[in-house]
Amino acid sequence: MSDSTTTDEKVLQLVVNRGEAGDERGQDVTYEIPRVKGMVVLDAVLYAQGHQDQDLAVRWNCKAGKCGSCAAEINGYPRLLCKTRVEDLPADKPVRVQPMQTFTRIKDLVTDVSWNYEMNKQIPPFTPREDKEWRWQQRDVERAQEMRKCIECFLCQDVCHVIRYQRSNKPKFAGPRFFVRTAGLDYHPMDALDRAEFLKKEAGIEMCNVTRCCTDVCPEHIQITDNAIIPAKERIVDQFHDPVKKAVKGT
Amino acid sequence: MQDLQTRNQTFVAHVGEGAAGRTARTDDWWVEPTLVAVGLVIFIIYSTWAALVGNNYASGPYISPFYSPLIKIPGLEWISPAIFVLWVPLGFRGSCYYYRKAYYRAFFWSPPACAVSERPKEYQGERAGVLRWLPIVHRWFLYLSIIVLAILWYDAIRAFDFDGHFGIGLGTIVLLVNAAMLTFFTFGCHALRSLVGGNQKCFSCGMGGDIRYNSWKIVSVLTRQHPMWAWLSLYMVAIADLYVRLLAAGVLQDPRIF
Repeated sequence: MSDSTTTDEKVLQLVVNRGEAGDERGQDVTYEIPRVKGMVVLDAVLYAQGHQDQDLAVRWNCKAGKCGSCAAEINGYPRLLCKTRVEDLPADKPVRVQPMQTFTRIKDLVTDVSWNYEMNKQIPPFTPREDKEWRWQQRDVERAQEMRKCIECFLCQDVCHVIRYQRSNKPKFAGPRFFVRTAGLDYHPMDALDRAEFLKKEAGIEMCNVTRCCTDVCPEHIQITDNAIIPAKERIVDQFHDPVKKAVKGT
Repeated sequence: MQDLQTRNQTFVAHVGEGAAGRTARTDDWWVEPTLVAVGLVIFIIYSTWAALVGNNYASGPYISPFYSPLIKIPGLEWISPAIFVLWVPLGFRGSCYYYRKAYYRAFFWSPPACAVSERPKEYQGERAGVLRWLPIVHRWFLYLSIIVLAILWYDAIRAFDFDGHFGIGLGTIVLLVNAAMLTFFTFGCHALRSLVGGNQKCFSCGMGGDIRYNSWKIVSVLTRQHPMWAWLSLYMVAIADLYVRLLAAGVLQDPRIF
């Protein structure tokens, strides 16, 4: 541990925002880490944990950008620790890591994301059609396959301003991750349900103002706004807000 | 400990602490919303002036896209003809999914950028008031915009007609490029994409699935480029108007290519 602020090409200044449960503000602690070519930020955090502060808490698993465990905020921007190379960050500044701000802290960089799993349970599950043979073409599953790429890192939930700056919105807003999951189900050619009413009334999709930060931070490059949220909004328009259709249907 | 506290003040900007624009980001996040705000304000100022001035909107075979179709209502000649036209593109762009992102970020700071705090308020998003009607309004303006676009293509083709003789001037090229850019913008519209390929669980299961799938793929290519075409077409319209205006005012001479 060091308070040094000198610039050294061989030393990385790693600043970790640390704290216990209930300490949302936390405290910045600086570590000096040997720079290694090609290292990612997770390497630096694990070096600090292994050599300087054994009780530094960080959640990680695959270190290959596929498990989504090491989601955090690097220099204030939501990213995966294992997919962010140190050499891609400004060399003249310390690298600062803080936990995801939308979720409460358990310890240091580990946050409580259990709310997401509760929200997930509310989505009407896959319901197979019984009137169709189970055969389909690749073109029928392309859209669903994109949604299935999600690794549940919850970076999109973290950056979404609807719940990031007002956590009280969580009970009435499912968040981008679950708009993606719902789209994946709705796009399945053998699924019998239409989840537009769920998206409008329980998932609160109309609270989204399509500012696209979820798409910007997605490590799987899922086009969340274009391919999940906007098509859902358009379906809701069809079913609930189109006065011409309402007049035709007589409802 | 003192040093750590100093560093906290330097770096830490936690969420939900009141003011807008608080962030722990260390990059120049403010550049994009600033450029968007400046770009939109410049266009709004120019287009408002050009629409209200009511003169110099046609020269030779050319007509400014701000004034096409040219509508003159008897008894209301004192109103600039552009007023009867511009509400269509204004409504289309104002309700566009891309422009919504742009002005929510640049003007309303909701949020100003990703992971940058917004004004503390009881957030309703697009459930609030008239905002819930934006998607359906956008769809109606799409239909109207396609009609206006057809007229702009007619103007571009008519720009080859120099007193009954085929010709190509720089203005012909300007109006053609303008119509093409507006076409790429209009046909990349998210509402159009949903109309051709949305509400469809299975492209292969019903009648016309091939047509819908192929149409959806083509529109999807343009949709991915929607922000680029939004900006290029916005400024190309202004450039086309300015070019015709300078010709009509006698400031420029139209170079003939053919």
